[in-house]
Amino acid sequence: MAEFSLPKNSKVQPGKHYPAKGAKKPRTFRIYRWNPDDGQNPRIDTYEVDLAACGPMVLDALLKIKNEIDPTLTLRRSCREGICGSCAMNIDGTNTLACTKAIEDCASGDVKIYPLPHMPVVKDLVPDLTHFYAQFASIRPWLRTQSAAPDRERLQSPEDRKKLDGLYECILCACCSTSCPSYWWNGDRYLGPAILLQAYRWIVDSRDEDTGARLDDLEDPFKLYRCHTIMNCARTCPKGLNPAKAIAEIKKLIVERRS
Amino acid sequence: MSANGQQHDVRSQLRNPLKRARGLGSAHSGVGHWWTQRVTAAALVFLALWFVVTVLGALHADYATARSIVARPWNAVLLVAFVLTVCWHAVLGLQIVIEDYVHTRWKEVALLVLVKFIAVLGTLATLMAVLHVALGA
Repeated sequence: MAEFSLPKNSKVQPGKHYPAKGAKKPRTFRIYRWNPDDGQNPRIDTYEVDLAACGPMVLDALLKIKNEIDPTLTLRRSCREGICGSCAMNIDGTNTLACTKAIEDCASGDVKIYPLPHMPVVKDLVPDLTHFYAQFASIRPWLRTQSAAPDRERLQSPEDRKKLDGLYECILCACCSTSCPSYWWNGDRYLGPAILLQAYRWIVDSRDEDTGARLDDLEDPFKLYRCHTIMNCARTCPKGLNPAKAIAEIKKLIVERRS
Repeated sequence: MSANGQQHDVRSQLRNPLKRARGLGSAHSGVGHWWTQRVTAAALVFLALWFVVTVLGALHADYATARSIVARPWNAVLLVAFVLTVCWHAVLGLQIVIEDYVHTRWKEVALLVLVKFIAVLGTLATLMAVLHVALGA
């Protein structure tokens, strides 16, 4: 069966508490911690951060914790402006980017921060995305053509270019795929919303000549049709994209070419 | 097996991740299932409405009246259509649920076959009953 409860060695325990002495504007962050090397269960550490001396985003608070309170806190981050997708994590109950999520937009009370759901954890807030990236590679996400390469750039009309809007912005942060129950239960075979949106990005590209083969590769009960239009993907996307719509368009094209 | 369990499986660590992601490749099917599920759902909007109205109309009727309602040609045809569509739609839907949640292979296959057997038997039994009444045997 699908796993609905955590195995014994994954049960989350209460962790350490780091109070902020003399803070003008304290806010409490409860953060998932797990270290593969100490043989312990995961735990929730509680950090109090003085927002009077902290930037506005959740990532600012995480880096303040790492720099000033607890250097063992492990997370990925790079661009701090929502374009690299490194700091995707589950904040305040929703998958999003720590760098574009404002602390004041989190629900009142403690700010809870976990790694992306239902992925193997490497350490603390760092999930193992190996399979996710391999699935991306499996759709061969590049321009595929039969005709000879032209001497100049491949032209595209403004109308055709417009079809890529809402698709090319995807940064592959994996927020959508790891919010999808179908991906939780069948992620080994289901490609998930992020990869299917990327697949559609090449299917609608007017310059690509391998549309049929792309649809052939997706027409599969597990790769594509595990999508049951739950819509968590569209709800959680930190870039405001709609993977569910891209998947629906793929399904439509596969029906269309039959009759 | 879960992604978590596979991470610690030495064999899969030795395999290239792309090998696992590509798996057995595309089955090149699934669109028929998906489209049929939607068509039967659309048909059921009307058939289920008709069914409820007909059953309500037969409330408090005695046996002979109820029998004569079923025996009316259009009612018999629609009843057969309703039963076929319900069972077909149910089989398609249950197949999805089983594939989603049952990850022990033998249980999955056994359940998928069992559901189809029950649906076929149920359909045939209902058809027999309706035809028996409609054709006045």
